[in-house]
Amino acid sequence: MSAPTRSRVRFYQVGSSAVGNRLLGADQRTAQADPDRTNSLTSGHRACQGCGEALGARYVLDAVMRATGGQAVAVNATGCLEVFSTPYPQTSWRLPWLHSLFANAPSVATGVAAALRVQGKADVRVVGQAGDGGTVDIGMGALSGMFERNDDVLFVCYDNEAYMNTGVQRSGATPPAARTATTEAVGAEPGNPFGQGKDMPRIAMAHGIPYVATATVGDLFDLETKVERAMTFHGARYLHVLVPCPLGWGAAPKDTIRLARLAQQTGLFPVFEAEHGEVTGVSPIRRKVPVEQYLRPQRRFAHLFDETGAVAASEVVGRLQAMADRTIARYGLLDAPDGEEGS
Amino acid sequence: MRENPFAITLDVGSSLANKTGSWRVERPVYVHRLPPCNQGCPAGEDIQGWLSLAEEGDGEGAWRRIMEVNPLPAVMGRACFHPCETACNRAQIDEAVGINAVERSLGDRAVRQGWTVPVTAPPTGHRVLVVGAGPAGLSAAYHLRLSGHEVEVRDSAALPGGMLRYGIPAYRLPRDVVDAEVARIEAMGVTLVMGSPVTDAARALEEGFDAVFVGVGAQRGRRAEIPAGDAGRVVDAVSLLHGLEDGSPAVLGRTVVVYGGGDTAMDAARTAERLGATETVVVYRRNRDRMPAHDEEVEDALAEGVRMRWLSTVSRVEGGRLVVERMELDADGFPRPTGELEELEADSLVLALGQDADLSLLEGVAGVRTDGGVVAVDADQRTGHPGVFAGGDVVGGERTITAAVGEGRRAAAAVDAWLDGREPGHPAERPVATADRLNTWYYEDAPRTIRPRLEAVRRRSTFDEVVGGLDDEEALFEARRCLSCGNCFECDNCFGVCPDNAVIKLGPGRGYEFDLDFCKGCGICVEECPCGAIDLVPEPR
Repeated sequence: MSAPTRSRVRFYQVGSSAVGNRLLGADQRTAQADPDRTNSLTSGHRACQGCGEALGARYVLDAVMRATGGQAVAVNATGCLEVFSTPYPQTSWRLPWLHSLFANAPSVATGVAAALRVQGKADVRVVGQAGDGGTVDIGMGALSGMFERNDDVLFVCYDNEAYMNTGVQRSGATPPAARTATTEAVGAEPGNPFGQGKDMPRIAMAHGIPYVATATVGDLFDLETKVERAMTFHGARYLHVLVPCPLGWGAAPKDTIRLARLAQQTGLFPVFEAEHGEVTGVSPIRRKVPVEQYLRPQRRFAHLFDETGAVAASEVVGRLQAMADRTIARYGLLDAPDGEEGS
Repeated sequence: MRENPFAITLDVGSSLANKTGSWRVERPVYVHRLPPCNQGCPAGEDIQGWLSLAEEGDGEGAWRRIMEVNPLPAVMGRACFHPCETACNRAQIDEAVGINAVERSLGDRAVRQGWTVPVTAPPTGHRVLVVGAGPAGLSAAYHLRLSGHEVEVRDSAALPGGMLRYGIPAYRLPRDVVDAEVARIEAMGVTLVMGSPVTDAARALEEGFDAVFVGVGAQRGRRAEIPAGDAGRVVDAVSLLHGLEDGSPAVLGRTVVVYGGGDTAMDAARTAERLGATETVVVYRRNRDRMPAHDEEVEDALAEGVRMRWLSTVSRVEGGRLVVERMELDADGFPRPTGELEELEADSLVLALGQDADLSLLEGVAGVRTDGGVVAVDADQRTGHPGVFAGGDVVGGERTITAAVGEGRRAAAAVDAWLDGREPGHPAERPVATADRLNTWYYEDAPRTIRPRLEAVRRRSTFDEVVGGLDDEEALFEARRCLSCGNCFECDNCFGVCPDNAVIKLGPGRGYEFDLDFCKGCGICVEECPCGAIDLVPEPR
């Protein structure tokens, strides 16, 4: 198994980790380093301070625009992303953008792709996008159909692990033990129960579609590399991006990227890519950290710690750690890939 | 205007009309903190600044940035004990940046390419006398000349360089390097008068000089009260090193004992090895932890076969042998005699017990105060006598060549101000760019480039330079290991990570600007800035 193909520039102070670097040529920097980037989601949107989803959407769509030469259409499900970007009569989108219903974004995207095909516009590509609620729960039937038909759409899930727009209710992507408005931190097993929820990237893989990948807003190079890779395929593709939510997670707005990074470095959120149902590459953990470090800055996990910050529910933290360890083992996140010395 | 569809009353517009900056309670600001290397440099170099130029491949620009402060980069790239590297934040990630090696590489390139610094200031008509052609005097002369003054340097020795030539052995600092950098200062129009001791600083002022800088160093080896039957076998380290340059090397014999634990003791011991001693022992009254010599010097001496005898003092010299007393450290770490005596074979004893300054030229100069054998000066190197300034070993303190260069420069600024009738200015203090402000996630692991060293066996028979240099490519690599602590290096991170596109990229070399119309003050850019060059401050009311 090899690491995802990505630009590896060493020793330029900040090579392959930061957005850019003054010592690198434009082709070695991310799309976000370009002063003329599309800014698909432009300023003035009403997302909260430090919104991970706003950041993730711009990252993904700017990369799509770079890969397609600006020939892309986005179809959006209902959710935060739709609400904060298009309060009537304003829009923050700088590419053709459609919104219909909560459940039907994959179907609408299928329709757009079909219409473009009929019109002979082979160069225009379609992106469907939704939050975790619109993807994992409400839109899952339509999405599964889109996968099964192998429609030529890249579907992106911006996963902030609950229904944030309506007041932080649990979704099928909410992690165990997390407090939400519908899984309060009370009773014998406070927070979201263990053993429920859906692993959407693996469900997508089970459809055998050409390309499935996960990414976070904590690693931009990796995210852009995956979008570019996805755009080299035709047919159904799925990208699952972890986007921390300061409001719903009870985290400081400044910590959005740090939490995304910690989610990956603890092993709780595996970053990998798969083709036709088989995992083809993983992003190894560079500096492994215990799950505690990830949980502690988030108020949705505050009931696991007492007021001094000491672990109050060691059994629960232990179960979350075991979950992370299982994920690490499943994807081999601690195995250094070939030709690299563990960075 | 286009007709709107049914039930639509407003025209579509961009969200740019929605100025989300009004949500903000804190705002990010770009800052320039003082990097710890700069803080640690006694010469006052802007190390992060010149490394930044070197990283871009602008070696000449980097060298010129060094030359704004230090006229001797090739010398310092060898003989400086680089406190900058001790302070370097990178040491907490992997290893400190090899600043000293990069400085040497730039200094050598300048000599090879013949780069010079032009004097652009118009002549002021003022004449300044610099006493002493060592690092302090050369630095003062260089900076005074750059300010347009006429400068004459007088020195009692035959050749310029002071301790660079007569104190630091050639295997650490080859003489052609000293010659080249001195010649460059001379070519700027500084007059060097060698073999010309100055005995009275006040007389110089009467002779028509408008100001005097005293940088005569500390040239007298301290003698200890050691009963010696045969004084001919006892030599002090300063005379030993000086004699080598004068063409009159001391005859030390086969077994040599060096008494002392400083860098000069290491120099003396390593010199004795090169002069043919088969057995060289350093006797020091405390232990290695308390030795003032720099670790690198001690390691090199040990590698060359020098033996160390800790916790010992020399009681007396009797013919071809020494009587040594064993010491022990008390609870305060102070050595106490134990009364246990032991004899050591020794053809000669080299005393490296520190140096004193010859202050006779300042005797009788009104207002000049001396304090514990050194000249008392204020923070601007001014003595109590108007127009008389001093720096380097003669004022005590740290007594390194790097400190001397810094004091020479500060003195030059003070002389310039005094001749101009103003108080010397000082740059504003900046808060330090501490390691806790870095986001080290973004830095790639990159181990330090090691400078080649001459094999230990070959060192013992030659005064050839021990430590080799880096080639241009290695120096570039090493410069690029700099973390740029506290100062933006244009990694585009703030520009990329803002969820609101509220960072404006101004283009190469010009950095970024915050768009306060849209910045919500989330602080992601502050948290994700690798080098800690952004502060989050309360929104002004």
